[in-house]
Amino acid sequence: MPLKILIIIPCYNEAVSLPVVLEELGAIKLPDDHKITAIVINDCSTDNTRVIAEKNNTNVIDLPMNLGIGGAVQTGFKYAFNHNFDMAIQLDGDGQHPPSEIIKLVNNYENQPVNVIIGSRFINGNGFQSSLFRRLGIRYFYWLNRLFTGNRIFDSTSGFRLLDKKAIELAAENYPNDYPEPESLVIFAKASLIIREIPVNMRARLGGKSSINRGSSLFYMIKVTIGMLFSFIRN
Amino acid sequence: MARIQIITILVNFIFIAYIARLIIKGKLREEYAIVWLICTIILTVFSFWRNGLEVMAKLLGVYEAPNLVFTGAIFAILVYLLHISVVVSKLQNNTRKLTQEIALLKEALEDEKKTDKSI
Repeated sequence: MPLKILIIIPCYNEAVSLPVVLEELGAIKLPDDHKITAIVINDCSTDNTRVIAEKNNTNVIDLPMNLGIGGAVQTGFKYAFNHNFDMAIQLDGDGQHPPSEIIKLVNNYENQPVNVIIGSRFINGNGFQSSLFRRLGIRYFYWLNRLFTGNRIFDSTSGFRLLDKKAIELAAENYPNDYPEPESLVIFAKASLIIREIPVNMRARLGGKSSINRGSSLFYMIKVTIGMLFSFIRN
Repeated sequence: MARIQIITILVNFIFIAYIARLIIKGKLREEYAIVWLICTIILTVFSFWRNGLEVMAKLLGVYEAPNLVFTGAIFAILVYLLHISVVVSKLQNNTRKLTQEIALLKEALEDEKKTDKSI
């Protein structure tokens, strides 16, 4: 039985970066007993993201309504669960996560399996480090996460993650809506899943726009704080 | 009976009739109508019972009777707004689940078509 790995690529108007990401993804090499399937989750893009994905012979899940990153990624986890994948790796369509780094996640998992592996920008400090303002926010989530779960995760907003079967099952059932990354770590920890963070290199986005701009960043902080708090309280 | 009483009673009856019409036509679900019906009934009671407001205010220790009206009304509105927020959240969750389900089914359908062709 080959190991089935699903690469979930959530996309909202990523026509610029998606061809590069898919091409790089096609070039990565894993041992023969690993079967990689990529799936693009098109979150109701207004550009030709869908056409580009189909041209590259990638499976597309086309959401009829815009759900935001949380709902889009969760659709991928549901797909992974329904099709009995062994691992699911989230890879953002904007090119921030270099597909070649997937190998690091998979190798790390196979050396010592855990439920969730997070690719982190901050452990080595190599590659794209984000703006000072964002880093401060991420530092705040580090402390919040440590307070709620006891885990020390430096890059809790990183969407570059590997989930094993158990984590896929949980995420398919329960995953936050907007800005889901920090909050999902609390949900995983509450379900006593084991989370590990490993260093990866990231890049600046190749195209498209971040879902978080300056005006909404305060809203983002408050929303995520409330989300983490109540995920911690909830059973 | 004072003129204002007749006006409020009349307005209340028109309001009840309108709510009834909405329910009959299926435009308003009964569970949301309950709140509106209770409010109108309270208003109707106080339209008939003119001293009622003064009596209630004295009973609750409110010096100015109209303040009781404002406090009561604002509280009721806030509670109802919260209820509506709960309903909207539930709807949003349902929409998300449906959207995901439809997208996954669409993908499965297209996948099937592809394998049919290749055979």
